[in-house]
Amino acid sequence: MARIGRTTDEDPPVTATLLRKPKTFVPDRLAVPAEAQPLDAALPALLVEGVTKRFTVGRKKKPVLAIDNVSLRLERGGVFGILGANGSGKSTLIRLVSGLLTLDEGRVEVFGHDIARDEMTVKRLINRVSVDAAFFKKLSPMENLLFAARLYGLDPGTAREDAYAILERLGIAKKRVDRPVEQMSRGMQQKVAIARALLTSPALLLLDEPTTGLDPRSKLEVQAFIEEVRLTHDASIVLTTHDLDEADRLCDRISVLNDGRVVAEDSPNGLKRLVAERHGQEPTLHNVFMTYTGRSLDEDVEEDAEPDDND
Amino acid sequence: MLTHELKASYAFVERNFNLSRRYWGWELAFLVYSAAGALSISFIGVQLGDARLLLTLMVGAIFWNYLSVVFSWIAETISVERWEGTLEYTMMAPVHRSTHLLGSVAYAMVFGLVHTTAILLAMIVFFPDLALTSANPLTVVSFFILGSFSFVGIAMLAAILPLLYVERGAQMTFVLQSVLLLVSGVYYPIEVLPGWMQVLSHLSPATYAIDGVRRGLIDGVPVTELTGDIWPLLVMGVVLIPFGLWAFGRAERYAKQTGKLKRVG
Repeated sequence: MARIGRTTDEDPPVTATLLRKPKTFVPDRLAVPAEAQPLDAALPALLVEGVTKRFTVGRKKKPVLAIDNVSLRLERGGVFGILGANGSGKSTLIRLVSGLLTLDEGRVEVFGHDIARDEMTVKRLINRVSVDAAFFKKLSPMENLLFAARLYGLDPGTAREDAYAILERLGIAKKRVDRPVEQMSRGMQQKVAIARALLTSPALLLLDEPTTGLDPRSKLEVQAFIEEVRLTHDASIVLTTHDLDEADRLCDRISVLNDGRVVAEDSPNGLKRLVAERHGQEPTLHNVFMTYTGRSLDEDVEEDAEPDDND
Repeated sequence: MLTHELKASYAFVERNFNLSRRYWGWELAFLVYSAAGALSISFIGVQLGDARLLLTLMVGAIFWNYLSVVFSWIAETISVERWEGTLEYTMMAPVHRSTHLLGSVAYAMVFGLVHTTAILLAMIVFFPDLALTSANPLTVVSFFILGSFSFVGIAMLAAILPLLYVERGAQMTFVLQSVLLLVSGVYYPIEVLPGWMQVLSHLSPATYAIDGVRRGLIDGVPVTELTGDIWPLLVMGVVLIPFGLWAFGRAERYAKQTGKLKRVG
């Protein structure tokens, strides 16, 4: 069985060519984890039910409702897009699913595992790429990737081979992987972030604005790679983005968040039909965004509702 | 399971080693600064022509260097990751917090030993005629080990501060380390301190560890005669390490409730 991010020695070696042959790439075992093999074929990759999250910013202020009774369901192998203005709660929702925030209300399941009760199992199944490529900047991409590999229990020798393969597929030459990350461009760093997530063979990949700030070429490369990952690794993906063309291209289903609430959800074409039929507008995702968020992209100035005070 | 956790622990050792290697210029500068500080203090003993005072100051300087290096590496477990922006990724990884801290502690101790050995060598070069004929090596080693473990618990508690207070936590850690230096009798007997500060002295493991090392190295006192220094260290180690782990878990939960794992700045 060919896959990346192997954890045992009995698996055959991975070659870089595997990633160049997506159609023949057999889905890997970790992407369909043994403990998550669905008895019920309808078991979703991600189930979010009635999730609510509040933050208190400042001691005497009223709590801010960051996520308000959000529910969504991502089928295995699907790409679920989340659109919304800055401050709408997209990143907070991703952090809740990642286990980086506790839920105030509701529940989240990943392949049938409750994120609170089965924390370690869920952690093995997911990984995340955020808008800021966060690394130990003085360390090299390989040092950063091997650190992640060890944390996820991967064999370092195998992880090194796999890291080379993934980075090469993302256009990062072998000679670059031992230089400090800080010497790389923003686009390159974001590719390394994607490689770090992919190295652990996540069954559920959480992509939080992975192409924000990238130049057009890098953006297209990353988008193509996301499509390839979906095809070749049986991964289920949650994608938040401000790029509506990207959402249209990559997502099977899209939720629009506004002020922490889901205000619309359907397939991209379904949403476009909705604005055309109900609002008499041209069927574009741009009009979907404007209609359901109640503001234009230019008005997006606020950060996510999470507290960003220092203490 | 245990093997996985140990391997994951090693991830932190390897990463910290790589960080030391990549920041070698700063590590070297810090080593020179520490050696210069230890020598400066020791020369006070030379000026007064008092060999015992010289040894007392040297032991304080060397052993405090070790404890402070161990303390810093452990206490900065969170603040370093917050600074680099990697904290959320590390917290998402499928490793227990005890595994995380074990790796930090292991590297802290190894790094502390290497750092302190370098300073010790500098001392030997500057003071080659120092006589340690009556030293009891077993006592010294015993208090090194006991002091290390009792200090780990306090360092773990200090590591929590940057989880609870995003920016000021690191500053609080620094203040805590400074207070420990002041009250632990590193360079003078705690009896010279005001009464209320002596109460704090008795709460610091460094007080007992440094006293034990001094008495073993200078007076050659066997470890069996130093139970008054041993039992506080044992109690602090046994109580503070599990308490530190528990408190770390609570602090992590609080940070997840309030959104304080998020990168700021």
